[in-house]
Amino acid sequence: MEKAATKHFQPSRWQELKKDLIRNKSLYIMLIPVVAYYFIFHYIPMYGLQIAFKDFTPAKGIWGSPWVGLEKFKEFFVYDSFYVWRIIRNTILINVYDLIFGFPAPIIFALLLNEIKNSIYKRTLQTVSYMPHFISTVVIVGMIMDFFSRDGLINQILKSLGILSEPISFMTEPGWFRPLYVGSGIWQNLGWGSIVYLAAISNIDPQLYEAALIDGAGRFRQALYVTIPGILPTIVIMFLLRVGHMMNVGFEKVFLMYNPLTYETADVISTYVYRKGLLEMDYSYGAAVGLFNSVINFLLVVFSNKIAKKLTETSLW
Amino acid sequence: MKIRKSPGEIIFDTFNYIFLGFLCFTMLYPMLYVIFASFSNPIKLMAYRGPLLRPLEFSTEAYKLLLSYPMIWIGYKNTLIYVVVGTAINILLTTMGGYVLSRKNLKLKNPVMFFIAFTMYFSGGMIPTYLLVQSLGMIDTIWAMMIPGAISTTNLIIMRTGFHSVPDSLEESARIDGAGDWTILFRIMIPLAMPMIAVMILFYAVGHWNAFFNAIIYLRSRELYPLQLVLREILIMSSTENMTTGISDASDRFAVTELIKYAAIVVSTVPILCIYPFLQKYFVKGVMIGAIKE
Repeated sequence: MEKAATKHFQPSRWQELKKDLIRNKSLYIMLIPVVAYYFIFHYIPMYGLQIAFKDFTPAKGIWGSPWVGLEKFKEFFVYDSFYVWRIIRNTILINVYDLIFGFPAPIIFALLLNEIKNSIYKRTLQTVSYMPHFISTVVIVGMIMDFFSRDGLINQILKSLGILSEPISFMTEPGWFRPLYVGSGIWQNLGWGSIVYLAAISNIDPQLYEAALIDGAGRFRQALYVTIPGILPTIVIMFLLRVGHMMNVGFEKVFLMYNPLTYETADVISTYVYRKGLLEMDYSYGAAVGLFNSVINFLLVVFSNKIAKKLTETSLW
Repeated sequence: MKIRKSPGEIIFDTFNYIFLGFLCFTMLYPMLYVIFASFSNPIKLMAYRGPLLRPLEFSTEAYKLLLSYPMIWIGYKNTLIYVVVGTAINILLTTMGGYVLSRKNLKLKNPVMFFIAFTMYFSGGMIPTYLLVQSLGMIDTIWAMMIPGAISTTNLIIMRTGFHSVPDSLEESARIDGAGDWTILFRIMIPLAMPMIAVMILFYAVGHWNAFFNAIIYLRSRELYPLQLVLREILIMSSTENMTTGISDASDRFAVTELIKYAAIVVSTVPILCIYPFLQKYFVKGVMIGAIKE
């Protein structure tokens, strides 16, 4: 029945669309550059991804280069499997550590800040905590490299406190890459990330707190049974957004922070794509690794969204 | 209703006040250290161990060397161009797109919205994008710094939400007075959505200010380098030879190199840190709207 209905309405739909295009002519004209931008800079690269299945040479162009099927994927999964598993492991581990330590940090900070009743002190803390967010990645990494160098401030302090006898060269030690990466990320984004949660907290109905108080809940219980459930939808949304670009996160900072000595733990998929694809100009190989990355990322968004929908009825779509 | 604090609460409050204060101190201090160090005497600083509480023998030598390095000025100039022109392009496109997509009775709105939102979930990635920019002839031009990122989808959605919140009646009355869409956009919507647009300007401008990766892949000539790329050379690749050629002693040169790094951080960061408290509330607003996606 539905089929018949659509069939019946088909012609008038087109007419409606035509009428709409004429009536809203100027709106559609405004939309042209926007759609053109997305078409050119987002959809043409998606189309260009076919070079992952071709043996692309710039001289022959995307069209002229011969198809090679899954040859490029075989090349990295079979011949370069050592590097592939390393970059996959590193990408996942950096993200998992960041989710375990970096994701809850702003939430905890917001909860603690919410308990501060002196408004001047609270505002000062907030303003200071946002500050690192405004420092560019290049400067942040420059500062990390300076403070964590062999005779940098951190080693000096640890030594004078008697914690260390020998200085650690944090920047060249593979074991230190992830803690430094995740730790500096927390340092930089703790305050800024808490904005959303603080706003969510301030939107909680005060009557809920009064009711909890009458039921005999202390401040700890109020936080546990009123504040945290109150901001849970926000937490879920932020978590989804975070998981949604898990595979792309941190590329610029990793790129600035790592060096051949720390590739073992620091090299991630996107930095590998950059080195192979752009520096060694193996475009098809780079595109194949990139495609693998994009597909995993896409699946992650869809999957995490499904789970969230089931669990909490909150979702991005 | 005032309830006396229990001993547990007093302990928690004391701990909380001190802990958060300490936490924020660790955020502030690294910047202070850099500022103090940049104004210190290089040789004294080399020999010094531990945290600084003020400059060691006030000196502006590092700044003199840094500011006599032409690349710093080239970087500053280019970054200003990218920030101003780039942000103008961003705002024009984002405003138009956001306005159109916020209109209710538009037949193609949902398909176009899907067309745009899909790019948040799947992308062609670095290599195909690079090949595209190359085939458009944008390599080693200032356009590579501004056109490939002309619209940020997140910001577009924020703008759309902003235009949604303008009351319909205003638009209706303007239409009765004979205004077309362009007039409505520029004479009614933009003035009303100005706080929102201010937020967008900030977001985009900060993005351009901090951008360096596009420059690494798309730019070849040093005359086009943005400030961040110059900073990368100084801070991360430690290439300050050009600035320290006048110093013959190797250890002196090393000491000065370290100091130039601190001065470079100050010169590039302090202007931003000085104006941001005034812009903070706009940023906060932007983050808020960004988080509440429909």
